Amino acid sequence: MNQPYNSPATDACAACPVHHTANLRKLGVNMDEWDYVVALAGNPNTGKSTVFNALTGLRQHTGNWPGKTVTRAEGGFLYAGKQYKLVDLPGTYSLLSTSLDEEVARDFILFGQPDVTVIVVDATRLERNLNLVLQVLEITDRAVVCLNLMDEARRHRLQVDARTLARDLGVPVVPTAARQGEGLPLLLQMISEVASGQTVCRPRRLRRQPPQLKRAVEELVARIEAVFPRLPNARWVALRLLDGDERIAEAVRRGELGDLARSAPPMADSDMLIPLEVAQ
Amino acid sequence: MNQVSTISPNDILTTAEQWRWQIGHTFHEQLMETIYTEAAEIADAAVTRPDSRPRFDLDRTIDRLVTSRLWGFPMMVLLFTLVFWITIAGANIPSGWLSQLLIDTAHPWLKSGAAAIGMPWWLSGLLLDGMYLATAWVVSVMLPPMAIFFPLFTLLEDFGYLPRVAFNLDNVFRKAGAHGKQALSMMMGFGCNAAGVVATRVIDSPRERLIAIITNNFALCNGRWPTQILIATLFIGGLVPAYLAGLVSALAVVGIAMLGVLFTFGVSWALSRTMLQGEVSTFSLELPPYRPPRILQTIYTSLIDRTIYVLWRAVVFALPAGAVIWLVANIQVGGSSVAEYLINVLNPIGVLVGLNGVILLAYVVAIPANEIVIPTVLMLTVLVTGAHHVGAGAGVMFEMQSEAGMITLFQNGGWTLLTAVNLMLFSLLHNPCSTTIYTIYKETGSAKWTAVAALLPVVIGFVVTFVVAQVWRLVAG
Repeated sequence: MNQPYNSPATDACAACPVHHTANLRKLGVNMDEWDYVVALAGNPNTGKSTVFNALTGLRQHTGNWPGKTVTRAEGGFLYAGKQYKLVDLPGTYSLLSTSLDEEVARDFILFGQPDVTVIVVDATRLERNLNLVLQVLEITDRAVVCLNLMDEARRHRLQVDARTLARDLGVPVVPTAARQGEGLPLLLQMISEVASGQTVCRPRRLRRQPPQLKRAVEELVARIEAVFPRLPNARWVALRLLDGDERIAEAVRRGELGDLARSAPPMADSDMLIPLEVAQ
Repeated sequence: MNQVSTISPNDILTTAEQWRWQIGHTFHEQLMETIYTEAAEIADAAVTRPDSRPRFDLDRTIDRLVTSRLWGFPMMVLLFTLVFWITIAGANIPSGWLSQLLIDTAHPWLKSGAAAIGMPWWLSGLLLDGMYLATAWVVSVMLPPMAIFFPLFTLLEDFGYLPRVAFNLDNVFRKAGAHGKQALSMMMGFGCNAAGVVATRVIDSPRERLIAIITNNFALCNGRWPTQILIATLFIGGLVPAYLAGLVSALAVVGIAMLGVLFTFGVSWALSRTMLQGEVSTFSLELPPYRPPRILQTIYTSLIDRTIYVLWRAVVFALPAGAVIWLVANIQVGGSSVAEYLINVLNPIGVLVGLNGVILLAYVVAIPANEIVIPTVLMLTVLVTGAHHVGAGAGVMFEMQSEAGMITLFQNGGWTLLTAVNLMLFSLLHNPCSTTIYTIYKETGSAKWTAVAALLPVVIGFVVTFVVAQVWRLVAG
């Protein structure tokens, strides 16, 4: 597989401070329009907000505990002449469950259709973090994995090989230590390459599922794509239908699935939050 | 939709249904298992572990200590006492400087300036004696403790201690019929209840989320810490020799905060057995690794995000409140001021619960923001004790160089140790501020639950202070 994205040449370039300062301009919240939308997803407490702050210059409060961010935060930056809107999503372990904070993240990746989804993972807890990565790769073609907390991995004397990981996942993997600002120049470059289509991802799709499951998904995807040709994540819709998700089934029944994909993504936080229903 | 297609949306659903029959109900498990297997494979290929485990794992050792059954709770109390002790001991001196500067020096200077340019008495009274003084009081009473407390609290948070607290409390919350993650929203509530209410979004079940929202007010917030700290310093710290005063005041504040936690448990327990019955849901809580806090950045963000934010909010509310207080103190109806009239109406109720009319009126004025309770109490006490002959008219706070001055003022206003204790209790147990109430309404979308969340604490507050007052008077004779 051809992998231009972690060649040593870009690394050397990225390490040079001139490169960094010349290309990144933090825009805070002052943005009216943008060229690309970038979503920040990841497990709780992996440093998404830290990455967000480092790139936007905002001071979204970060805290060392899972669940710190329960709504989306948005900010912007300018990199190599393009404006990016960065959306910090609440941390989630999975896209397949139904809690409110996880729904915010899932709906945005699905229906907000970000140009790039950056998945921030904890290098010291790679296996568990990959569960989410694999789920995100099921529903989007354009992703960058930010292998964060490399400083802690070193402290625990863990070696994580970003190249092997990139090869197995089929998307760029950038090792970072966001708290120290380490690796961010390369992360920016990868985001811009994926956003502009310069780097084409070939995300890994699940291979080991039981044959029956595989056939079910394929058959459903074919039908969904026939009815909703412009839907970007038919695979995910198929998975949800097989899981018996009533909300998605209702959207299919009413033919609204296509509208969800085509219309503008829900932008205001409050719109995405379903009012608390009182159980009694 | 104008799709030209032989397949209809219903075909999709039918196909999905057929497959669901074939695969059975284990679809979710099968899918998760696939994901787990592949994740493990990929991780194995990428990660090289050290050959031997390090013999000493610092994180593990700290975790064993702070989450131990034996030491977990004492360590929690110790840590929080330390934080308050540093706050109380450290805040005294800068508070003194600020009040010297803003009140003793700047206020007379402004007054004489206003007189020099021929400003009418009522305008300089409203602007300087009302709005300016209330704001100056808020700044000098609140800024120093907040500038010390918030960075310390944020350091604990940054270090990773809060999830351990949640871990320690989880069991108790479960026994109370609430969700373990309520510990996290409660911790946020210690900063700001409105933020705490929003933080309950981490709780999936609507039932448990409502419990967390309703009880969040029992977590002592920003706006109430200064009240607790000031009253504890004046009245409780004053009971013991000077060298113990700081520590004892700190313990009193921790005691009130812990009482709030007990009320959180108690009310959660009661709600989950009455209005909000249901199953307790389980969840997994990740204990994040300890991270060395970035001291400078933490101080910067906690000063900007929390201290300045809260102070600004307090100032914004203090300005109009100062004006209102000055007006009610100076508008005369039938020989006495509106304030005196209101205080006289409220006084019997106040005395019944071991408080007084001034304090109750202050809590009415302070519904928009708890921060202005103390300045309001001070201004109104000056009014009713007639101490204003020292200063410059009704509803004006006169110069108070020292704590001794303040305590004399309170004693002239008829305050006893019981008043102080009950004020601390009432500060913990009363309605949330209007911002929090609005947030609760937005989050629940229900007027009924908003009303419950707003009224329940006041009712409890009156009951508790009433009982304390009666028992106190019985025992003390």
